[in-house]
Amino acid sequence: MAKKTGIEVSLGISEAVKLADVDAIAAYPITPQTHIVEHLSELVADGELNAEFIPVESEHSAMSVCAGTAAAGARTYTATSSQGLALMNEILFIIPALRLPIVMTLANRALSGPISIWNDHSDLMSVRDTGWIAIFAENGQEAFDLTLQSFKIAEDHRVLLPISVNIDGFTLSHVIEPHEFLSQEEVNEFLPPYQPLVQLNPDKPVSMGMVGIPEIFFEAKKAQDVALIESKAVIKEVFKDFGDRFGRYYNVIESYRTEDAETLLLTMGSISETAMEAIDVMRDEQGRRVGLLRLRLWRPFPVDELREMVKGVKTLAVIDRAVSFGGTGGPVAGEIRSALYSTADRPYVASFIAGLGGRDVTVKDFMDMAALAEKMEAEGEIHEYKMIGVRE
Amino acid sequence: MDALNVYAAKLAPQQESLAPGHRACQGCAELLAVRLVAKTLGRDYIIANATGCLEIVTSSFPHSAWQVPWIHVAFENAAAVASGVEAGIKSLKKKGRYPVDRKITIVAQAGDGGTVDIGLQALSGALERGHDFIYICYDNEAYMNTGIQRSSSTPYGAATTTSPAGKESIGQVTMKKNVAEIAVAHDIPYVATASPSYPFDLMEKVRKAADMEGPAYIHVLAPCPTGWRMAPNLAVSIGRLAVETKVFPLYEVVNGEYRMTVQYKHHRPVKDYLKPQGRFRHLQEKEIEFIQQYVDASYEKLLKKIAMSEG
Ligand SMILES: Cc1ncc(C[n+]2csc(CCOP(=O)(O)OP(=O)(O)O)c2C)c(N)n1
Ligand code: SF4
Ligand SMILES: [Mg+2]
Repeated sequence: MAKKTGIEVSLGISEAVKLADVDAIAAYPITPQTHIVEHLSELVADGELNAEFIPVESEHSAMSVCAGTAAAGARTYTATSSQGLALMNEILFIIPALRLPIVMTLANRALSGPISIWNDHSDLMSVRDTGWIAIFAENGQEAFDLTLQSFKIAEDHRVLLPISVNIDGFTLSHVIEPHEFLSQEEVNEFLPPYQPLVQLNPDKPVSMGMVGIPEIFFEAKKAQDVALIESKAVIKEVFKDFGDRFGRYYNVIESYRTEDAETLLLTMGSISETAMEAIDVMRDEQGRRVGLLRLRLWRPFPVDELREMVKGVKTLAVIDRAVSFGGTGGPVAGEIRSALYSTADRPYVASFIAGLGGRDVTVKDFMDMAALAEKMEAEGEIHEYKMIGVRE
Repeated sequence: MDALNVYAAKLAPQQESLAPGHRACQGCAELLAVRLVAKTLGRDYIIANATGCLEIVTSSFPHSAWQVPWIHVAFENAAAVASGVEAGIKSLKKKGRYPVDRKITIVAQAGDGGTVDIGLQALSGALERGHDFIYICYDNEAYMNTGIQRSSSTPYGAATTTSPAGKESIGQVTMKKNVAEIAVAHDIPYVATASPSYPFDLMEKVRKAADMEGPAYIHVLAPCPTGWRMAPNLAVSIGRLAVETKVFPLYEVVNGEYRMTVQYKHHRPVKDYLKPQGRFRHLQEKEIEFIQQYVDASYEKLLKKIAMSEG
């Protein structure tokens, strides 16, 4: 085993971007993403990374510049959070339609208002339908590994789609964690330079982003959807390749102590670590049959894997970190309910919304949610969603 | 000057990189200007195109009029996309993954709306960062693609669908924003105004802009028969009248030095320019006189800058 280095997660991500030998980075500062791009611009300034760093005047331009660099055939990286992502919104939809494999770190932060720099998932949820692959990392090692793997997935000619690698702002981005880095040789072998399928080059002129008349628009959208759905197979392939090479295996849904569980919690992001602690307490001290599912892949949604993993489970408590105001459940819970609706013997799905705008979700909160979900299941309570941890 | 034009016409490149068969309206001077740019730059250029008439009429899938690499992303970001294309190619060239044997010009092109209003921030950012590219604004003085709404480039007194003339209104009540001067304020190597009614002047400017290192901005007045409410066969002559009446002087600013590139000893009254255009039909003598004074004053200001450059 290689040695572990204690380093801030943001810097670990920058290290992965450097090892990926990206060709272009365009970014605009926003907390809590800043440490990543600050470090990258240092690496470029020191000549340690041979890339163009384009310090743009807005996130809208950051994503637009990325469209240009990627269309020119450059391996392209950016990072943002919250309001920055919201300002990019228009362009986010166009990137997958142009099949540009941009990798973006999303240091998840609440959307205004009130303005908040702290963590939840409302930023990512607001771009759910943009057509990006969305992956969650819950610790520094995962953030490093998944950043590298994302370039390989995105640039695969069977995929050619952009990816957001989600890390919780502050609670993950700013903490110092042990990382096992890879050497440049290892990365070079795993991730050769980007070979674009088409690029802007006068030797072979192409027109990108043409008008979609009604006769072709729908077909273009279907092709895009098929590409996103089919990317899951490539994602799994890359996860396996990475695991075989470096010994760290990833899954589209991770599970923790789910054997013979009657109740499962389901989380995304770094609160999963607290949830695991809660599972340990409930299993080891209370003898309860509970386990945890950690959703790694948010888009494309791993429907088949989910259906398989909840077989025989009585209660599924989904913990969302965003609200769909006036909707039928938290964004993740709503998705899961509809994924399971047509299956026989589906579990009872309780939808909890917790930890908005940096509110702590504690071990006790998770235990309470598990107990509450079981009670709701027993009583057959009909509900849309419940907010946990709000002072009334 | 005219004799030179006859001579120069024979020297103009035969090559076309904008294919015929696009869907622009009859008599569209914007497409005429684009064709002249395309002739000048041949095949060694890449375009980042903003949403607008030009994008719509040339790129209806599967029919593209472009024989050079072309990308359209959105309305307000042509300058940012062009920045990216330039930076991406620069990076790949350094790493030996893009042909290095010839200079490829990067062109951002947009209408007035995509430039002077919604695209101004991206334009300013790209100029300030110093990317090696040419930004060309095809100014037809309104949002034509969406049905002739006013922009901040619409001139005083023009009727558009959102600045209509009426009992209480003379149409547009604001003065045309001078974005060429805003570009000059970025201290970039090259800024010019141009007109397809003066093809060789336009082509020479595009050539200069392409040969220059760093950002260049060219503001092209592009008469639009549809939006200006005039006969299609008037587009070229109205473009000449814009220059002859001092409404749209043709000049260039090379490293901060101003120079008039098309000179007339005597100028015609603005009335001659306004008259043939339906968008000014409602104007009374009083307003025409006001426009005349404004045009005279703006022209004087420009002459002073030129005099300072010469002095
Ligand atoms: C963000 C955004 N807002 C509005 C539009 C609608 N829109 C498309 S083209 C256009 C007008 C273009 O005007 P201009 O840039 O002057 O180009 P022209 O069509 O006149 O050549 C507008 C308003 C859009 N596509 N995107
Ligand atoms: S509306 Fe005007 S600018 Fe647009 S294609 Fe027609 S003539 Fe040209
Ligand atoms: Mg216009």
